[in-house]
Amino acid sequence: MGKLELLQTLTGHVGRVWSAAWHPGGKVFASCGEDKTIRVWTKTDTDRWVAQTVLTDGHTRTIRDVAWSYCGHYLASASFDTTVAVWDKKSGEFECNATLEGHDNEVKSVTWSRSGNLLATCSRDKSVWIWEINHAPDQEDEYECVAVLNGHTQDVKKVCWHPQEDLLASASYDNTIRMYRQDLADSEWEMLEPLESHSSTVWSIAFDVTGKRLASCSEDKTVKIWQQYGPDNTLGIPCPERGTVWKCVCTLSGYHSRSVYDIDWCKQTGLLATACGDDMVRIFKEASDSDPNEPTFELVVTIEAHSQDANKVTWHPTVAGVLLTTSDDGEIKVWQYVDAD
Amino acid sequence: MTELENVNPNVYKKSEDRKVTKADEDEDVVDPFDEREIFDLIRNINDPEHPLTLEELHVLEQSLITVDNEKNIVNILFTPTIPHCSMATLIGLSIRVKLLRALPPRFKVSVEINPGTHASEHAVNKQLTDKERVAAALENTHLMEVINQCIGMPLK
Repeated sequence: MGKLELLQTLTGHVGRVWSAAWHPGGKVFASCGEDKTIRVWTKTDTDRWVAQTVLTDGHTRTIRDVAWSYCGHYLASASFDTTVAVWDKKSGEFECNATLEGHDNEVKSVTWSRSGNLLATCSRDKSVWIWEINHAPDQEDEYECVAVLNGHTQDVKKVCWHPQEDLLASASYDNTIRMYRQDLADSEWEMLEPLESHSSTVWSIAFDVTGKRLASCSEDKTVKIWQQYGPDNTLGIPCPERGTVWKCVCTLSGYHSRSVYDIDWCKQTGLLATACGDDMVRIFKEASDSDPNEPTFELVVTIEAHSQDANKVTWHPTVAGVLLTTSDDGEIKVWQYVDAD
Repeated sequence: MTELENVNPNVYKKSEDRKVTKADEDEDVVDPFDEREIFDLIRNINDPEHPLTLEELHVLEQSLITVDNEKNIVNILFTPTIPHCSMATLIGLSIRVKLLRALPPRFKVSVEINPGTHASEHAVNKQLTDKERVAAALENTHLMEVINQCIGMPLK
């Protein structure tokens, strides 16, 4: 078993805090919510997080999600107002220097590719958009939509890039997960076979550090682990020509009593954290004798983290075991995981 | 609204007012939320197309409400007047909004269709359960006007 120790409770947002994202350097994070603001938090000399910047004029409706680029220079925000804003500090202050328009309905999620020149967004309008960024020195950055992907039949909740490759995954109200990659022959973005197993909305997805595994969480109260198999796999799992296939190799059921709204897979420790509608944050650890093709995960922490639904969990990018959570109760909490073994 | 979907709905009697007991008036007694109290909060919500309350149309019944005050759970089942009622989502949303405003935030409220009483029961339930879509709907000013009209007390 392990423990989650509360380091700090952060207040400031009015109403539900939907999401939060660590800056890749780990010394800053951003949060957003129904109050239409983005708060950028930094640490004081006394080691306390404070919101030194509050961005208020970017969106006219709820801000559902925020994401930093890997270079750390850009922050993107996705809003119910159908737009995505991209913020940077080129002038010294945070400014919204690009607004990406095109979705017909609420934008639910935004994510940057590892390479830094691709951005993906998804919406209630059932589509996933991929944007290419042209960084021009001494000029304004240009964002061009290079693909509109209409694979899902319902509201798309979450988009997430692979940790190394330009492979994009999306999760939807249609109960499926989809993946997309660029066809090397004609550089068009193509859709791979959908990942089907959840019986209700897939709220969130997260890759592990290798990018060969994906975890998903759902309204159906389960968490699933998916494993990528290539043509050379020893289990004889058939693969499409030159391609790979994703199989659900583990389902964690019976642990969550309500919808699981978010999941994050720690790139340093391999721990899985979930945010649930029963106010709890749970942490799972892969068993030491786990078979990679039929892995087993053990629940190591269950904690009543908030007084209302937990919406977001995100592991610190560099410091092992530091976890950020947000909730409908308006609070953001910073935790430290401690292994009790 | 141009055409009524259900022209002649069955109309039922309203229930008697809740009897106030001695304990209710005692400020030192903690009164947990019960089914009757939840029912009283929502029974006077207006139907979107008839000048009648959800109680009078038997869309809401006290027997289809379950409350667990300690576990912070309120579950409501509602019965659309006809199995193809296109107002089902709107009615469910009105019930959710009313309880969102009236109950302390500790409560987890679920509003679902009484099983077997609507053709698109599963789809409507899924929408009403999706808090993200409910939140987006509540930011829609036109929809909120309609919902606020339903939630307002009936004109006497």
